Amino acid sequence: MAMRAEHQFDDIEQQRDAAYTGMWVFLSTEVLFFGAVFFAYILYRGLYYQAFVQGSRELSIWMGGLNTAILLCSSLFMALAVHAAQRGRTNQLVMYLIITEIVGAVFLGIKFLEYYQHYKDHLIPGMGFGYGGANANRVELFMVFYFILTGMHAVHMIIGLGVLSALAILATRGKFEGGYYDPVDIGGLYWHFVDIVWVFIFPLLYLVKRTGV
Amino acid sequence: MSEHIVPPSTYFAVWAALLILLGATIGLAYFPLGPLNVVAAITIAFAKAILIVLFFMQVKYKARMMAVFVCAGLFWLAIMFSLTMGDYMTRSWLPHPTEWVGEMPK
Repeated sequence: MAMRAEHQFDDIEQQRDAAYTGMWVFLSTEVLFFGAVFFAYILYRGLYYQAFVQGSRELSIWMGGLNTAILLCSSLFMALAVHAAQRGRTNQLVMYLIITEIVGAVFLGIKFLEYYQHYKDHLIPGMGFGYGGANANRVELFMVFYFILTGMHAVHMIIGLGVLSALAILATRGKFEGGYYDPVDIGGLYWHFVDIVWVFIFPLLYLVKRTGV
Repeated sequence: MSEHIVPPSTYFAVWAALLILLGATIGLAYFPLGPLNVVAAITIAFAKAILIVLFFMQVKYKARMMAVFVCAGLFWLAIMFSLTMGDYMTRSWLPHPTEWVGEMPK
């Protein structure tokens, strides 16, 4: 199947660069979306530092760290999926997309277990919040930021799973043969971006201060 | 810009580097470095993000023009940070005007 660019493009490379550039414009808006919450978090962390240290220690560093490693692995598989698409290897592409999805689903599963632990510890703001120590109100604020940031991240992960499923279905129908794979490329950009968001969530929320008192 | 196919070995190397950086950021969190703890954590986070952007997202192999789009989000974020911090960090510099102090108007 020979590949032709859509009529508004000179050639296939220009079409690919346009898709790629457009995705980055969207990702810039995502930077601002998450950036605003990160910024509010940093501001209150400066104001209520001790409470944020306490809140951070309520989080499991091992679950958070494991989830970071899992996401980094999923990004590797996504990169390999794009590579398979570039080489025109459809079976490999579908396989890597599905592996990426499974790894992403494991991330969400661990995240769910974490949330369940917070529920048992009465650490969900507004739902019988019952932090035992000092500064309970300010620790609750920390947990508000925690649930907004990780919750919005999880929503992005779920959307990403939907995107990858659609790509896998299209790939099995042979849509990405003959050198056309732009949707895989920009779907990958989205997946990697969500990974980057977690790369910042992890140190900011889980590693506020782990030494001393 | 012509298409550049990155060999999988590069992806594996980047992945290994990312996991090492993750180990480093967790390990450093347990060393008492004072204020340097947060500096180390954020520096490592940016290092990981740059690795992902350059290699997994293939920005390294695209036209230079792409870097403008990649940096645009950070640029606008920097404007938001500096203007808002300019507010919060200078609020205590001047006393509140006396007519602002007192009871709220009914």
